[in-house]
Amino acid sequence: MSQNESSISFDFTDRAKKVKLEAIGAHVYYDDNHVLKDINMIVRENTITALIGPSGCGKSTFLRLFNRMNDYIDSFQLSGQVLIDSQDIYERNVNVENLRKNVGMVFQKPNPFPKSIFENVAFGMRIRGISKKTELEGIVEDALKNAVLWDEVKDRLQKPALSLSGGQQQRLCIARVLAVKPTVLLMDEPASALDPIATAKIEELINVLKEQYTILIVTHNMQQASRISDKTAFFYQGQLIEYEATRDIFINPRKDLTERYITGRFG
Amino acid sequence: MNREIRNKVFDIGFRIFGIFSTFLGVILIAIFISSIVQAGFSKIDWNFLTGLPSRFADHAGILTAWTGSLWILALSAIIGIPVGVGAAIFFEEYAPKNSLTRILEINLTNLAGVPSVIYGILGLELFVRSFKMGSSLLAGACTLSLLILPIVIVATREALRAVPQSIRQASFSMGATKWQTIWHQILPASAGGIATGVILALSRAVGEAAPVIVIGALAYVPFVAESPLDDFTVLPIQIFNWVTRPDPEFIVNASAGIIVLLSITFLLNGIAVYLRYRWQKKMKW
Repeated sequence: MSQNESSISFDFTDRAKKVKLEAIGAHVYYDDNHVLKDINMIVRENTITALIGPSGCGKSTFLRLFNRMNDYIDSFQLSGQVLIDSQDIYERNVNVENLRKNVGMVFQKPNPFPKSIFENVAFGMRIRGISKKTELEGIVEDALKNAVLWDEVKDRLQKPALSLSGGQQQRLCIARVLAVKPTVLLMDEPASALDPIATAKIEELINVLKEQYTILIVTHNMQQASRISDKTAFFYQGQLIEYEATRDIFINPRKDLTERYITGRFG
Repeated sequence: MNREIRNKVFDIGFRIFGIFSTFLGVILIAIFISSIVQAGFSKIDWNFLTGLPSRFADHAGILTAWTGSLWILALSAIIGIPVGVGAAIFFEEYAPKNSLTRILEINLTNLAGVPSVIYGILGLELFVRSFKMGSSLLAGACTLSLLILPIVIVATREALRAVPQSIRQASFSMGATKWQTIWHQILPASAGGIATGVILALSRAVGEAAPVIVIGALAYVPFVAESPLDDFTVLPIQIFNWVTRPDPEFIVNASAGIIVLLSITFLLNGIAVYLRYRWQKKMKW
């Protein structure tokens, strides 16, 4: 019963927050391959939502719906709606470049540009026409501080980004995204290529970022999902099986499939 | 002979054949270069490098020839690099994967196999006659640009393909347009590879005689070209001209000319090797 109460109280604070992301009857096809089936999901502002499920379940595809990175796959087809701030982002007049300024993405493998640390973080602003050195310096410093990387790199901003360690590279990629001041962060297994210490740093960072950003994170790590997320969505074979407060999913899943997955009995 | 011994004999035989093949080329070039140097090195002095052509072997210099070659090098670079790199960018980054682009690709590979004299004939008809450029530096450079275009395109495409998809993804996900991604990320990341290919192609252009002879470059040009529309000669033509003369003194001149030409191409190749080395060291994905 106590679980029931906690879930009610959780919903109470949850509902106080604005709806940020929304999928309504979303279906995704790659040619004849039906990879997402009728997904309906609401994500509220300044929360962390973990997307879990076995490989190939569609969670990454779902994540990439929100910054339209699936558009580069020739056979990609979407029906249904995907909304950010109640705006359909697949409408004809949507500017994809502006959308991606608002919706940043961090990839599984750290992928800094083969340039200096400074230029990596400045890139997003440079392509938006900001070239004044003092302005860029301020933005770069703020972004690196927000990504908790500033103290480690402040003396070597002109060094190549590829000289950093894996964990530092990933935080640099986060700083690069934060520099353009998005409101949504999409993270596709951001810590899966990192060692436990680097992973802990990233998780810590994600927890802080929640204050200002709406975060969707794909992860294969159940502990990670339970540690950092407010809500968890379990995908299986293209369907959204269960989407609840993380506590409920991990302590008292409603569906048998969910329980079997999170306890490691398949997947 | 039992099988074991036979295998051993083959093993040793192939090894010897491999060593022989490797050294054959190297030794032949070494012999060639040393005999050229022996014959021509003493001829290379200030007068030879700054002298105008003459029918007297003693007075003849290669000023017009090597300045002509430098002109050709620069003009071919100006014309050939943007066109070649542009075409490669189109193929790699923009072109849809359909039958039309496949036909274009096959044609491109074929172009790389067309003999250089054929390019000369094309240049003669197109640039010299139709575009009325005359037998000018510009016509020569346009012709040689066509000649090196396939090489530049193939090398550039390889360099572009070496840039990992994750860089493109990162750039797009930051909200960069395709053009911004190419300009800010892909081209800088592939610049070393592109430069390597371009320089090797240019060194080929500098060494070509046949196409420039066909478009009508002269052996005897008594002045240094001052504009792209001037008549010109290049080192390979000057060398060819001297080699065909009966007077043995001209053979010395030809040898000296070969040394100068080889120095230019070796220098270019050296730069290419250096760039490739630097690029490989820098780009560890």
